[in-house]
Parts: sequence; structure tokens; C-alpha cells
Amino acid sequence: MNSQPVPGGSPPPAPPDPTETGIAVRAKGVWKVFGRNPERVLEPKFRDLPKKELQRRTGCVVGLRDVTLEVKTGELFVLMGLSGSGKSTMIRTLLRLVEPTAGTLHVDGKDVSAMSHKELLEFRRNLVSMVFQSYGLLPHYTVLENAAYGLRLRGDEKDEREARAMEALNMVGLAGWENYYPASLSGGMQQRVGLARALAKNPDILLMDEPFSGLDPLIRRQLQDELVDLQSDIGKTIIFVTHDLPEALKLGNRIAIMRDGQVIQVAEPEEILSNPHDEYVRAFTRDASPARVFTASTVMEEPDMLLYRWQGPLTARTEMERQKREWSFVVDRKRTYLGVATRDVIERLAKAKHTTVEKEDLMYLEPVRPDVVIEDLFGVVSSESYPLPVTDEDGKLLGVVRPRAILNALSTGDDDA
Amino acid sequence: MRDFPTWIRFPVADSVDRAMAWVLANLGWFFDWVGDVGLQILIAVERTLLFIPWWVAIIGVGVVAWRALGRVRSGIAMAILLFLVGTFGYWPHAMNTLSVVIVAVVFSIAVGIPLGILMAWNNTARNILTPILDAMQTMPSFVYLIPALMLFGLGRVPATFATVIYAIPPVIRLTNVGIREVPASVIEASTAFGAGRWNLLFDVQLPLARPSIMVGVNQTTMMALAMVVIGSMIGNRGLGMEVLLAINRVNIGQGFEAGISIVFLAIVIDRITTAFARPKKVEEATGEDTEPDEAEEANASKAPA
Repeated sequence: MNSQPVPGGSPPPAPPDPTETGIAVRAKGVWKVFGRNPERVLEPKFRDLPKKELQRRTGCVVGLRDVTLEVKTGELFVLMGLSGSGKSTMIRTLLRLVEPTAGTLHVDGKDVSAMSHKELLEFRRNLVSMVFQSYGLLPHYTVLENAAYGLRLRGDEKDEREARAMEALNMVGLAGWENYYPASLSGGMQQRVGLARALAKNPDILLMDEPFSGLDPLIRRQLQDELVDLQSDIGKTIIFVTHDLPEALKLGNRIAIMRDGQVIQVAEPEEILSNPHDEYVRAFTRDASPARVFTASTVMEEPDMLLYRWQGPLTARTEMERQKREWSFVVDRKRTYLGVATRDVIERLAKAKHTTVEKEDLMYLEPVRPDVVIEDLFGVVSSESYPLPVTDEDGKLLGVVRPRAILNALSTGDDDA
Repeated sequence: MRDFPTWIRFPVADSVDRAMAWVLANLGWFFDWVGDVGLQILIAVERTLLFIPWWVAIIGVGVVAWRALGRVRSGIAMAILLFLVGTFGYWPHAMNTLSVVIVAVVFSIAVGIPLGILMAWNNTARNILTPILDAMQTMPSFVYLIPALMLFGLGRVPATFATVIYAIPPVIRLTNVGIREVPASVIEASTAFGAGRWNLLFDVQLPLARPSIMVGVNQTTMMALAMVVIGSMIGNRGLGMEVLLAINRVNIGQGFEAGISIVFLAIVIDRITTAFARPKKVEEATGEDTEPDEAEEANASKAPA
């Protein structure tokens, strides 16, 4: 795993169980039932009852129903659902801020569900950090003291914890604010303090419970972008709870959709959109803009016609006649993209008795990369009468994007509506 | 039929009398000892107060009030009120009264804050303590004088005892309320970072409950002052005794002087403790311009971990 040595901090982690390698969090059959005698809900006669029926007959409310999940090391895993779907309860069971009624939880290879109170305190102090929607900062501590609070609980010396907290504050862009109190900071900045407090102890796993939900959209987008950057820099495992589909789609490597305490689909963002598991997920995804999810690679197609550089203009003219086309993409050996040849150009070259079609003769249409989201292609597509060429870093033509394909992708999920 | 049947009797009075007699017979030595220690403390405090020259005390109170309230005018006003008490010829009586109030309040805080914490932590403790506190506050304060008199005899010790019982509920209640009103989100976040029960208490709950607790201390102090007159019925001297004497002699002038002295004392104490109850100003403190006393306060709040 990616835990760096912590000077003067926790003891070196025990060698991970070989079967656990690559798995940061594993939840198996986790239940959370609120109410009196919650265990009886697990009995066969109750456990499969729907939520309302169960509440009527036992007075208990099911928060989590038999949740099984695996989060890979280094992954940004999103738990998504509406309020009451159990997503916040789920993330809290990982630190046992909520005690699960049944099931096992392994975090970083350690069995959290079996920990004693003392082990649990140690676990919370060292391996996992959490960021909260309501920030949860201490109002009587300065920004620096807040950022260092986790380190203080862990027992770090004052100098060391302040140095580390400063480092974390720099990382989230709050250098210079360390002596202010949280009350004088904006919401976005307070959440940065929350993030710095979480990062200061260099945890293996970062839990984030709707961290950006209380912020206004611009700040929110900015923090999302920064989180993506941060994630690629430090490569932590992040479990991120949100009720906002665009946010989930933007951030998540994988997304788990929850409803009524159950996980109903775990998939990569694109699959959630293109292949929703059921009506619930479909309804959820309906107002998500696929333009922000689909990339050029999702919607690109094979070109109808390709000309090769070494084919002479006469061959080209014959091909065009046969296929009744007015233009074509031209490629080199290894399919390196060269440009677009129109019928006029070919005619001119044929008259001039050229034997090959050279790059200088062609119209050069700026190609796009396969990972560009299609929202960014709107402007380009609508201003060109040709499809967009998609190339990789070496200039190889991978395919073309036609406006029609984009429109089709945008209407995905609405077909049946 | 309209009268309550005479044959249904549940003689609580007898039981209370018998319990009291048993306590006196078997635990008398304990209360004697407590009474002795209490008396030594009360006398020591009173002597200290009387040892301070009157002008030092007046200037000192003026300066403290000025610092606490932030206005020179307030400081001077408080000093003048105390000066007036002296001009009535009640300086020693006021110091006697003050010694009882101080000892009662310190004892109330020392017992009340831990009880308030217990109440906040534990719902069973709260359910047991709440009706007891209700009873302590609604019971006519004279009633406390009887057991106090029986346990400690006459004098300032039973008066202090009765004062504590009468005055302790607010500090218990407001400590409880203050801790319970600490936002759950802050508690949860601190817990998530591995704060145990005592970390939570000293880092989070007590600092955030501080304004509420200070209001409790203020109310407890006010109630202790109010009890002082009643305490004089069992032999406490001081301002209360002067009021009582004036009533007995129907001496309106003397009664007014003694009464207004208590009021002045109350105003001075109330203004100063209220000022301490206000939440600290925390907004505009940056590294360079942090005032030394603010920095000290911040350090002090960090210490008890």
C-alpha cells in the first residue's frame, strides 16, 4: 500500500494479508438497523420485508441492508444516493461512528468491526481521515490548531504537528490564514481547513461525506477540480459520498448507487449512464448531462472512407466516384492523420499529373484527443461541416466524431421516456 | 363526602423527623467535623477580605470592572457603588456577606460543574437530577434552614450550607444545557479523528459550553446573594442581619441602607460575572496583532489535554 513512513508517528503497519492486496475497504453483509432490539430484524421472517412493512411490524428502521462493497487501493469511489438512501450511514460505519448491526468491515486490511474501543481510537487517529459536510471545525481553535488537531490526538509533538499542519494548509491553498479563527473564513475556506485537517496525518484512506454540498456552485467546482488534482498527486484511496450525480460522474473512478440502504449498482461512470441497472438508476441519471460524462472515444466511429497518401489522385477520384463522396480523410502509413482531401483538390491534382497526395495539398482539420468530454466538442462540431478526427498522442487516427453521434449520446436514457 | 377521608394518612413528616434524628445520632461527628472545617474556611476568607484596605478593594474592583466591561465609566460606576456601601457604615458587614457568598459559590461551582457534565453525558443521571433540581428551586428557601440548623447549629456555616443548596441548581442546569447544545457535527468530527471522552470534554464540550456555564455561574452568584438575608435568620451576621434587625425594629431608614447595600453588591458582582460570560471575541486575531492576554487565553484553553 502507499503509506509513507511517518517519522515519530504510528508503528509500521503490519504486512497486509496477501488476499487483501489492492483492496482498501471491504464491507461484507453490513446491516444497520435503528430501533429497539435491532438484531431481530435479521431473523428470516423479517429480513426480506420492505422498509415500510418492517417499520410497521417491528418499529425498526433499516439504515443499511446487507451492503457488500469493495474499494480498491488508490481509487476514488463514490457512494451516491438520495437522502435516506444510507450512503452517509455507510461511510460512518467505516469509522464506527455508526455501529453496524451485523456484517464485517475491513479497512486497510484491519477488521474494524471487531476492534475494541482502544483499538478503534488508535485506528481513527492513524489510518483514516474524514471530511464532513458541516466542516466540524473547533471554533475556539485557529486554522492551524484545527488542522493539527488530528495530530495532537495522535500524540505528535507541538513543533512537528504544526509543521505538518502547515504543509497540509499549503496543499489546500490556505497558507497565510493559519492564525485566523474559522468564523472569519468563508464556507469554502472552512472546508479547505477540514480537508487540511484530514490530510495532515497522511492517512491511507480519506472519507468524504458530501464535503462540497454546502458550497456555492463555483467554489464547489473549483474544489472538485482541486480534489481531482490532489488525488492524482497523492494517490490516496478516497470514498466520497454525494447526492449529486454530475459530481459523482466527475470525480468517481467507480460509483455505487444506493437506495433504501441497499447498493443497487456499482459501475464506472459511463456504464451507469449508458447501462443503468434499473428504473431507479435511470431516473437518477435522467437529468445528468451525458455531455459531461461521455468522451470523444465513447462517440467516435470508423470513418466511412479513408485515402492513403501513396494512392495517386486518379485512384482517389475513382474511389470517390464509386462511393459517391465529396471528400475523405487522408492517412499515412500506420494511419497517421494527415488531413482532409476534397473532390476539388483531387481533381486539381489529377490534372497536374501528381502521382501522390501530399500533406501540403490537404485541408488540415484540427484533431481532438479521445479523452475530451463531448461538452467541449460542441463548439468545434457545430462550426465544421466535416466530422472531427480523433487522434492519439502519436497522431494516429482513431476514429471520427460526427454531430449525429453526439446527439445520439446526449439522448441516451431518454429513449424510453 | 367532599372532604378528604381522615383515615387515609401517609405520615411523611414522622419519617422525615425520624430520619433526621438517626442522622444526628449516628453521623453527628461527621457534620461537626464538616462544620468546623467550613467555619475555618469562612473565617479565613472573611479575614482576608477585611485585611485588604478598603481603598485597595474599591480601586481593585473598579479596575477589574473596567477591564471586564471594556469601559472606564463602568469601572468608576462600580467603584462608586462599593464606596457608597462603605459610607453607610456597612463595610465589615458587606465583607462578611461576601465571604459567605464566595465560599458558597466556589463550592457550588466545584460540585455543580461535574454534576452538570454527568447530567449531559448520562440520560439516567439527568432523569434523576432534574426533579431534584426542580424541587431545590421551588422549595421555599426557609425550609432549608431547618436541616441546616439541626446539622450545623447556629451561625454562618448552616447559612452557607443553605445558600449552596438554594444557589447550586443554575450552574448544574446550564452546564448540562451548554454541553448538550454543542453541535453534534463538531463532536462527530472530533470523534472521527480519534478523540476519546476526555478529549471531547476538555477540547470541545467545555470550551464551547463556556458561555452557558458562565451564565450559570452568574445566576448561582445572584441567588447566593439573595439567600444571604434569609441565612441571617439562623445567625449569619452581615448585611442580611442588618436588614432583619431593621425589620424587627420597624426602622425604615436602616432597612433601606442595608437593603440597598445588598443591591449594590449584587450589581457589582452581576456586571463583572456577566462580562466574563460573554463569548470571547475571536474574529480579527492574526499572528502579529494578537494581544498578549488573548494569546494567553488561547494557551490556557489548550492546556488541559
